[in-house]
Amino acid sequence: MTSEATNETVDAVDAEPITEGTGRGEVLRSPVPISFYGAVEPDTGEFIEDGHPLEGENIAGKVLVFPRGKGSTVGSYVLYGLANNGCAPAAIVNEETETIVATGAILGEIPCLDSPEADLATLEDGEVVEVDADAGVIRRP
Amino acid sequence: MHLTQHEEDLLESDNDAVRKAMELLVKLGDIYGAEEMIEIESAQASGISYKSIGDPGVEFLEGFAEEGAEASVPTFANPAGMDFERWEELGIDDAFAEKQTRIRDALKEMGIVLSFTCTPYLAGNLPRRGQHVAWAESSAVSFVNSVVGARTNREGGPSALAAAITGRTPKYGLHLEENRQPTYRIDVEADIESQADFAALGSWTGRLVEDGKPYFTGVDSGGTDDLKALGAAMAATGAVALHFVEGVTTEMEPPENVETVTFGDGELEEEYAELTTADDPELVVIGCPHCSPEEIQDVAATVEDKTLTSDLWVCTSASVKTWADRNGLTETIEAAGGTVLADTCNVVSPIEELGYESSATDSAKAATYLPGFCNQDVAFNDKETLLAEVTE
Repeated sequence: MTSEATNETVDAVDAEPITEGTGRGEVLRSPVPISFYGAVEPDTGEFIEDGHPLEGENIAGKVLVFPRGKGSTVGSYVLYGLANNGCAPAAIVNEETETIVATGAILGEIPCLDSPEADLATLEDGEVVEVDADAGVIRRP
Repeated sequence: MHLTQHEEDLLESDNDAVRKAMELLVKLGDIYGAEEMIEIESAQASGISYKSIGDPGVEFLEGFAEEGAEASVPTFANPAGMDFERWEELGIDDAFAEKQTRIRDALKEMGIVLSFTCTPYLAGNLPRRGQHVAWAESSAVSFVNSVVGARTNREGGPSALAAAITGRTPKYGLHLEENRQPTYRIDVEADIESQADFAALGSWTGRLVEDGKPYFTGVDSGGTDDLKALGAAMAATGAVALHFVEGVTTEMEPPENVETVTFGDGELEEEYAELTTADDPELVVIGCPHCSPEEIQDVAATVEDKTLTSDLWVCTSASVKTWADRNGLTETIEAAGGTVLADTCNVVSPIEELGYESSATDSAKAATYLPGFCNQDVAFNDKETLLAEVTE
């Protein structure tokens, strides 16, 4: 991480591609890991886990930013189901994409990056970004 | 990762399921540091019970089948959430049965053998020493690695399915000889006699070594059922995928320079207590992992001409149950009041919704999972003791 990269005014942040494709949307950031199974409704994208920072939000069409996945491996199927139902996040950005999220993002063809060269906290809730998983970069348009 | 031309072609396939399966394997290979793929001889698909995978799993399997997923190597299915012949008499509700049947149909469409068993090696899928496979059920993984000598990592549901579709898996972990060495030594001083003793040794060891590779000394013999129970327990309390039993599964000399611990009579006794939280079980369950023909013979001989005072489930594969039916063992057990079930087991079926609150089992794996997955209090003991307590 460089001091320039943590500066919120930078217009591009490099990251490692996990899947392919490009997604654009408002950032929805969770400071804590996500277990998709039981936390997200696959047919609406609504986040329903009691007490989670994202409770009550809807992840459909958002650039979902969170440290990593956790919990049941069924979480992969939830990401796939969200994609099939048109409710997937526009893109996913993780500190580290573990196998549950990687598997779901590949099966659901959701653009996904990890290891960004700036702290996840520099991606602010509500700001619009473009996640280019082909080039491995997050852009502020 | 180095890919062959064929593998590159799979990544560009017009078949969406094939392309995604290959992408998934390449990505997992990158994550785990694989340098290439290895072709597999068979696969085992897990995440089959509706209870485990829920609606997202049903939709995934149906969607993947529709996208053109088809197994390219023999692929056996793990247990389902119900016996497909007898779910109604067990009290499984219609909605559960409907979802479980949709899962079965999707698997059939993908060309997966509808074996619904955690012991495929007893039911028509027995690899050879040194073969590479991609199996997913943790006890079966342990058995083929440790007893058979085939090679597999602990696959997840999607990665095993992807391996089944493409016929390959990333070459890392237990596919590599250098990773198949003992990391712990367990000197067993207790007398390990019954299958439940093997299970208790396994659950104690799994908790200790986590995902290590234990080498046991002092275990003089062990049959298929004993080793099945040992491996299943270690894969439940830990994540053991490979173990060694001196003179039984390996000719390798005991390792000298690894952490060494002793398992004595005290540890054995304590482990039985550790696994037991109930003293008056409503349901006795035998067959985790699924029963062999010999185990069903033992149960039948024990309950013959007697009456059970609690419910009894004997769980096995459909193929082994066919033999039990033909030999009259099913009839003997059911005359005493028990039930012989195929396709499912007490852990992946919704037994908590059938009114049961406490179970007895000779499986340390079941004893580990039943409290959390099925809200059961548990009594753990060997088959003879458990059955003696509930027959008259």
